[in-house]
Amino acid sequence: MEKRVVFRNPVLPYLLLAPQIAITLIFFIWPASQALYQSLLQQDPFGLRTTFVWADNFIDLFSQADYLNSLQVTTVFSISVAVLALSSALYLAVQADRVLKGAMAYRTLLIWPYAVAPVVAGVLWLFLFNPTLGIAAYWLRELGYDWNHTLNGGQAMTLVVVAATWKQISYNFLFFLAGMQAIPRSLIEAAAIDGAGPVRRFWTIVFPLLTPTTFFLLVINIVYAFFDTFGIIHSVTEGGPAGATNILVYKVFRDGFLNLDLGGSATQSVVLMTIVIAFTVIQFRYVERKVHY
Amino acid sequence: MVGARPWLNILTHVILILGVLIVAFPIYVTFVASSHELEALLQTPIPLVPGGELLNNYTAALTKGAKAVGAPVGVMMLNSLVMALGIAFGKIAISIIAAFAIVYFRFRFRMTAFWMIFITLMLPVEVRILPTYKVVADLGMLDTYGGLIIPLIASATATFMFRQVFLTVPDELAEAARIDGAGPLRFFWDVLLPISRTNIAALFVILFIYGWNQYLWPLLITTDESLYTILIGINRMLAAGDDQAEWQIIMATTMLAMLPPVLVVVSMQRLFVKGLVETEK
Repeated sequence: MEKRVVFRNPVLPYLLLAPQIAITLIFFIWPASQALYQSLLQQDPFGLRTTFVWADNFIDLFSQADYLNSLQVTTVFSISVAVLALSSALYLAVQADRVLKGAMAYRTLLIWPYAVAPVVAGVLWLFLFNPTLGIAAYWLRELGYDWNHTLNGGQAMTLVVVAATWKQISYNFLFFLAGMQAIPRSLIEAAAIDGAGPVRRFWTIVFPLLTPTTFFLLVINIVYAFFDTFGIIHSVTEGGPAGATNILVYKVFRDGFLNLDLGGSATQSVVLMTIVIAFTVIQFRYVERKVHY
Repeated sequence: MVGARPWLNILTHVILILGVLIVAFPIYVTFVASSHELEALLQTPIPLVPGGELLNNYTAALTKGAKAVGAPVGVMMLNSLVMALGIAFGKIAISIIAAFAIVYFRFRFRMTAFWMIFITLMLPVEVRILPTYKVVADLGMLDTYGGLIIPLIASATATFMFRQVFLTVPDELAEAARIDGAGPLRFFWDVLLPISRTNIAALFVILFIYGWNQYLWPLLITTDESLYTILIGINRMLAAGDDQAEWQIIMATTMLAMLPPVLVVVSMQRLFVKGLVETEK
């Protein structure tokens, strides 16, 4: 879409764009190209000579057990978060859509976790499940289940998944509720007159009409689990125990800043960029046109 | 209500209330913990009803902070506020003028500029950590407000949103302004800005939360305790380890870290929802 009426001025548009473009060049394009460049180089152990090695760093990266583990952990983590956050939000949204009075009150009571920072969400759940003073850990012990996420990898993963899901439910709930309220009442009434019960109405009418919203949210949730959960991992498990929650974004940070492995971190950055670009393309190609609010 | 069944209605409310309670439970425990003295929290199980140290803990946190961290939480909140406002205003300002240029002018490299901005959408800080850190270090912006704010204010989403808004503005308005002799800046200031007022407000709500909740970036570039944001402060307090952790102060700080963004979302719910839906378009 283009404007018919435009202004003419030889310099003004460039001036207006200058701040945005300058920041993009300095803080986005330049660092990204640096990462790309470094990912193709290799330094000798003394840092004296760098040689151009093409894809060697990538082959190297994908043959490290550490990195493959991190890939697997990230996959398990993001799929669990997406599935849990989507299904529980959808379930709550269906309930909220069903009540005539108070749907908006429930919305208010359910949306605020969106405003809680991931790191804070991590701290909240960490405190509940702290092996020595957490109340939830205490209850589990009373039930005969020994909880210690600092030693048990599975428990650590469960904890970060729960914290990440808790924060994301509100976002999904909001979009599901909006999607459901946009479905014409007449459709549902017609089905009810034909004798379809609430469960049948949901699966044959509401859910199919919500698929675009669901698909859009699925992409958003996976992107969230991939990139926005750094704070949760950092505050709850620091990637541990023994790499059980070492998601890709955390590994990039750890290898670059704590282990000072510059080349490895750059190569990982490039892989991550590729993943983001893939997600963005999916989002624009398949989601953009199909989502209705 | 279609095909109303009374027992189903009650069940629905029960499920929703349960959902609300489960979602709120971690906050409740945190709130309770922030109202006790440390000794009470070290007992098993920890208390589940509020204690009497609420005021003391919050005053201690705000004015003194935890022993492990040298800065009081009051200062950290101020830093978070500066960062959140800086990012929100910065993003809105540079995005709205960029969108104005792209929509209302024809010039060389227009599409190049458009794509260049689009690329920022694909490169969150998380994926280019180290090189971006190096740029900021080379510019001497470590441990400054500028370093906290400026690298984060480029925004593809905000630019796109304003572009969408401007595209829906009727051409007649620009025509009329031109006939009346108004230049582009005058038109921008007197027509476009007032028209986009609610969009700006909605975007502001989203960006304020985004800025307040920034974590990785301040973690990388601030080592000076007087520049810590409140989220970094919490991390540093936790880093003291289980033995020394002053949980009552940490929990009070956690409550304080949540308060501003949660208040913004709840009190400006309509704008918040609008902003959320529009920036995702």
